[in-house]
Amino acid sequence: MANGKLTGSEILLKVLTEEGTEVVFGYPGGAVLPIYDALFKQKAVRHVLVRQEGGAVHAAEGYARSTGKVGVVLVTSGPGATNAVTGLTDALMDSIPIVCLTGQVPTHLIGNDAFQEADTTGITRPCTKHNYLVKDVNDLARVLREAFYVARSGRPGPVVIDLPKDVLQGLAAYAPAPKKQEHKSYNPQMRGDTDAVNRAVDLLATAKRPIFYTGGGVINSGPRASKLLTEFVRKTGVPITNTLMGLGAYPASDRQFVGMLGMHGTYEANLAMYNCDVMVCVGARFDDRVTGKIAEFAPKSKKIHIDIDPSSINKNVLVDIPIVGDCATVLAQMMKRWDEKKYKTDAKALAKWWKDIDGWRGRNCLAYEKTGKIIKPQYALERLQALTEGKDVYFTTEVGQHQMWAAQFLKFNKPNRWLTSGGLGTMGYGLPAAIGVQVAHPKSLVVDVAGEASILMNIQELSTAAQYRLPVKIFILNNQYMGMVRQWQELLHGGRYSESYMASLPDFVKLADSFQGVGLIAEKPSEVDDVIREMMKIDRFVIADIRVDQSENCFPMIPSGAAHYEMLLGPADKAAKPISEEGMVLV
Amino acid sequence: MSDKSIERHVIAVLVDNEAGVLARVIGLFSGRGYNIESLTVAEVDAQKSLSRITIVTSGTPQIVEQIKAQLNRLVPVHRVSDLTEEGAHVARELALVKVRGSGEKRVESLRIADIFRAGVVDSTARSFVFEITGSTEKIDAFVRLMEPLGLVDISRTGIVAIARGEKPI
Repeated sequence: MANGKLTGSEILLKVLTEEGTEVVFGYPGGAVLPIYDALFKQKAVRHVLVRQEGGAVHAAEGYARSTGKVGVVLVTSGPGATNAVTGLTDALMDSIPIVCLTGQVPTHLIGNDAFQEADTTGITRPCTKHNYLVKDVNDLARVLREAFYVARSGRPGPVVIDLPKDVLQGLAAYAPAPKKQEHKSYNPQMRGDTDAVNRAVDLLATAKRPIFYTGGGVINSGPRASKLLTEFVRKTGVPITNTLMGLGAYPASDRQFVGMLGMHGTYEANLAMYNCDVMVCVGARFDDRVTGKIAEFAPKSKKIHIDIDPSSINKNVLVDIPIVGDCATVLAQMMKRWDEKKYKTDAKALAKWWKDIDGWRGRNCLAYEKTGKIIKPQYALERLQALTEGKDVYFTTEVGQHQMWAAQFLKFNKPNRWLTSGGLGTMGYGLPAAIGVQVAHPKSLVVDVAGEASILMNIQELSTAAQYRLPVKIFILNNQYMGMVRQWQELLHGGRYSESYMASLPDFVKLADSFQGVGLIAEKPSEVDDVIREMMKIDRFVIADIRVDQSENCFPMIPSGAAHYEMLLGPADKAAKPISEEGMVLV
Repeated sequence: MSDKSIERHVIAVLVDNEAGVLARVIGLFSGRGYNIESLTVAEVDAQKSLSRITIVTSGTPQIVEQIKAQLNRLVPVHRVSDLTEEGAHVARELALVKVRGSGEKRVESLRIADIFRAGVVDSTARSFVFEITGSTEKIDAFVRLMEPLGLVDISRTGIVAIARGEKPI
């Protein structure tokens, strides 16, 4: 401290503390050494050392999504920043609040192709909500506060702050944060337009076949949004479906919940969407995995769309009543109107609607063939669900078949308990995300439902789990294939399994052992329960290698380019409904 | 995606004049596959450090709506105004046109410039640089006429535009 001034690094840590940051996920390097030096001298902010910067961002995502706070990442310049890009894109797609601090070469070397220099703000511009390059230490505190505000408010997202080394070492006066954070050009709208809210509620009151279709926006809005949504849905008696990102916003065990919708959603959810007359979309964005063929998406419906991001409205699907605002705020407005008008849903029509839905439900679309000898992945998840029921548990996933099965077979009754890479579909997300969750909730059970292919993408993070004694449970549905790739090759490419077989897999038990964890194997259905029980007892990280049926496909499935009513319910269906050429080009 | 009719829109965007703001706007257009027919930018308020970007773009009504929503989402953007939709506006472009020649062609180029109210801003024994302001169509017409008269170089600003009437952006 010179003349009451602080270094950039000291200011940075002060602002992190102000913003309520308890933990930073990071990896040191030349450009950020001043920050690591400042970290060393204090106790308020804890640092978790990951093993690759990509892991740091996913861990921060796990931390953020399970707590509702901003996840903070600290990486060095050049490769540190470029390794973070996938995680940043993931956080952007799934609207996760992240502040990512990247080191940079000193300002006088910027543009010189210096050692470990990369144009970080240039590279991260399209994969962040906003980014900054701080060139003057006097701007640092203001920029940091603004970054937190931008990351957490409105539609949350990742914000990068690029910090040249001379700025971190420079001196500036530090002043505490102003009382209210404001921004001259960025002011997200929280309250929905009253007229639109009234029209939406009036429309819902006249509906004969209404449905709530809700997404990750409800989770992002905070636990109050889930509470209000549950209240409103129960009050109206209307069926509700959640997107992949929205699971947990409404209790999955409730009768009004018809399951996830979309490509691998339930038959009843997709048919209810197809046949509905009024759709209330809350905090979801009509993603292509949800809508299927746009031209045949809920063709008979009037659509209400509540979203805090105006650019989500009318992007993929034209809606009748758009409402820009925060989910919790707008839901409260809607309920107030509903009560004031003493509205009641049309009981007769609703009873008939439920009869249809129960009919679709009767198809039992998640049924699978049970065999005595081979473990079906669905069976493993059913057992995982049964044996963790009622526990304080968080689930993360990697990406692929196991992710879809987890979404189908695990039941989420509370928000913030389910963490998955929905938008970007990042294999390798689940383990570091689970680490982030476990750091935030040391006493909780944290399970990463994984595939044997995905888990290898960030397997180095086992070392992080070991160092911090994070007892995450990695539940691998091991079918020795990139299962979803194999499934598409079977369905779309004549069974030519090009490069989807996972040869030379490691011995996961030895692998766990070498990282000071525990490995368990289940090869028969009768061993699954024991492995799950054993896994939960161990206070270190565990890899449970569940050897599942290699040829099992994930159903139900809407083939790409098809409509909701064209679902394939099982293997027998697939030959009957060949996939169109149009569908073939879709991802 | 039901309406496929392509419309041309002039959009004015008021932004903070900070590093990278133009890259954000351009990146948005290229990243999402939108068209840019022309784009101009300059600071308009030094005290508040505001710049104004005028973009001419085209797309279906749904795409144009998306473009405006996406522009509005950028953190340093203060205001997005669709001049085409919001009523009458004035749109102008400036061009500097270099014509090289001698004899009758040189005289003819001067005569046409006079008709178009283009001024001579540089002249040598063998060349003129004309300055012309007007609508895109007017400049296109002028350029076409200059082609056979020795047109060798041209620099255009792209459109700047402002709404008619007393209301600011």
